[in-house]
Amino acid sequence: MLQKLFKFKGGIKPAHHKAESRGTPIAAAPLPGHLVIPLSQSAGEAAQPVVAVGDKVLKGQFIGKAEGWLSSAVHASTSGTVIAVEPRLMPHPSGLATLSVVILPDGEDRWMPLQAPDYKNMSLKSVLQYLQDAGVVGMGGAGFPSHVKMQDSAALGDLVINGAECEPYITCDDRLMRERAGEIIAGSGIIRDLLQVKRVLIGIEDNKPEAIAAMQAAVEAAGETTFSVVAVPTLYPAGGIRQLIRVLTGKEVPVDQRSTDLGIQCFNVGTALSVWRALNLGEPVVSRVVTLTGNVEQPGNWEALIGTPMNELLALARPRADTDGVIMGGPMMGIPMPACDVPVTKGSNCLIARSPTLFPPPPPEMPCIRCGACARACPQELQPFELYWWSRARQFDKAREYHLSSCIECGCCAYVCPANIPLVQYFRFSKSEIRAAAREQKMADSARARFEFKQFRAEREKAEKAEKLARAAAAQAAKLAAERDAAPEGESGAVGDAADAKQAVIAAAVERARVQRAETDSRDA
Amino acid sequence: MEILTAIVVMALGALTLGAALGYAAIRFKVEGDLITGKIEAILPQTQCGQCGFAGCKPYAEAIARDEAEINLCPPGGDEGARKLADLLGREFKPVSGGGDGEAAKPKLTAIIREAECIGCTLCIQACPVDAIVGAARQMHTVIDALCTGCELCVKPCPVECIDMAPVPETLATWKYAYPVIPIKSVERASDVSHNVAAMNDAESSHQKVA
Repeated sequence: MLQKLFKFKGGIKPAHHKAESRGTPIAAAPLPGHLVIPLSQSAGEAAQPVVAVGDKVLKGQFIGKAEGWLSSAVHASTSGTVIAVEPRLMPHPSGLATLSVVILPDGEDRWMPLQAPDYKNMSLKSVLQYLQDAGVVGMGGAGFPSHVKMQDSAALGDLVINGAECEPYITCDDRLMRERAGEIIAGSGIIRDLLQVKRVLIGIEDNKPEAIAAMQAAVEAAGETTFSVVAVPTLYPAGGIRQLIRVLTGKEVPVDQRSTDLGIQCFNVGTALSVWRALNLGEPVVSRVVTLTGNVEQPGNWEALIGTPMNELLALARPRADTDGVIMGGPMMGIPMPACDVPVTKGSNCLIARSPTLFPPPPPEMPCIRCGACARACPQELQPFELYWWSRARQFDKAREYHLSSCIECGCCAYVCPANIPLVQYFRFSKSEIRAAAREQKMADSARARFEFKQFRAEREKAEKAEKLARAAAAQAAKLAAERDAAPEGESGAVGDAADAKQAVIAAAVERARVQRAETDSRDA
Repeated sequence: MEILTAIVVMALGALTLGAALGYAAIRFKVEGDLITGKIEAILPQTQCGQCGFAGCKPYAEAIARDEAEINLCPPGGDEGARKLADLLGREFKPVSGGGDGEAAKPKLTAIIREAECIGCTLCIQACPVDAIVGAARQMHTVIDALCTGCELCVKPCPVECIDMAPVPETLATWKYAYPVIPIKSVERASDVSHNVAAMNDAESSHQKVA
């Protein structure tokens, strides 16, 4: 199908390195010795554990309950015994631990009884609830819960299925599209029906001709007329959501809006497959395809259970002796892992074995020469050099003014920088400082509100006390007045006299004291 | 005659403008104290009283009246003092007691050893931000999400069962570090050219920033 394509500004063409791992079919990874399943695998709050140590679980059994609408459920990836529910190191640049369920597999890999939902006769809300309970999140890496992306389906026109896979080294989506095109198309069809969109655009970079052919064949086989498979030019980062939308539709998402504001929603091919599995087979997300590549003897793609320790998985590709670490994701946006045995999560699309020869240490950072190469390469049309100066000087307000929040951290700027400045690191630093400041401001505002309310309460209590005292005094006065009224007429003057008498007594006491003082004074003298 | 006309014109002008200004002062009067609000927005709202005032608002008011220094707030740190200096056009001074400001105190939170609590409610009364719950002769506890770490509850406790503990880092609060330039020794040979010397200087200033 011929379609007019558009261009996005900037972008780079790094070496692909895809040939190494794309050749062999996806193989199922063997059961690992144990599985560490983090309960925090998506945006939003971490799931709450619903199993305890010693529990027997089946494959696909619910082990983490979603906490709030933005969260997503977590399931056991194989059958076995829960041997620990404790904080374990997770695949995150922080190197922090998060609550995880550790499962000792029993080797049977037995599924719990699966029942596919009758989603065609369910309301949208209950389908979304089902997807949340099935733990369906974005499989492209960011891990945003898919049900949240499907909730405002009003006024959507286009659905973009992202098969661009623009980062070097990664080939998991390529293999997925070649081998499971039918399921991906069926899943995309389900999403289309849920969102009630008119057109489905499947964007695939033109360096994956087999995947394009397979997807086209699947579309024809399914007889879908609303689908079009589009080959997009290979240019990193064509798989960025804003870039892909720009290429496919010519629409540019404004800086302060989302793609849904333009009527476009976007899902990864892997996510479409997860949706199909969840709704057609009743299978929750318990595994994913991971590319193993880099400094290994046998690169390839493996279907790995969520929670497989990375070193056990990487061993399948036989890493070379000088491997000194693992990168999760691609070489551009991936993150170095804090340890080799952190688990595979729903967002782990690729593991790259690192070695000093493959990824030599970066050359020393030199001063910015203001050449503007970063601004020409930036696909978000930002000015990275400005952002860099403000970030380096910790002038976060200024960085925000230059739209730091629009940065997608794709790394094009750092790739082209002749001064070898680690720009993305500066931007990440700045972004997390801005987020922290916003969080602290929110806490300070709520603390102030509570402090002021406490003061208001103290004032109110004081006023109430004073009022109570005044009331009591008034009651006392009224009582006295009543007594006076009740007394005979002739004695009413006597009450007045009584007051006078009191005054007289006081005066007498004062006089006595004065005399006494005078006496002592004279004695002293 | 001309002089008289001039005087009359100027006097009339002065009267008219004066009347207009007087009217505007009443008509467009801004309720409340604007600068105090802005100062208060910068203060961290721990309500700890370390500045010597009874909370963030009194301190803000004192700064607005020019009766207090801007560097009395340890929780706000040097960054807070810098923001205040920017806002008020005053000279920045490092926060007293906090050294050079580099070693900002980690955020603390109060923890009640609940087994030892006798339920006296003294800490509840001391807490400026209502972060402690409990009732007379009932165990008290700190809602850690609301605790500002001001330490005002520690002293009143008669059985000393309140500890201050640093807030552990979580995924939500974790931050990327400032990109650190690795320090390496540069040999300064006698025949170093000007360029290399300049580069070394640039690098050492670099490291200071880091």
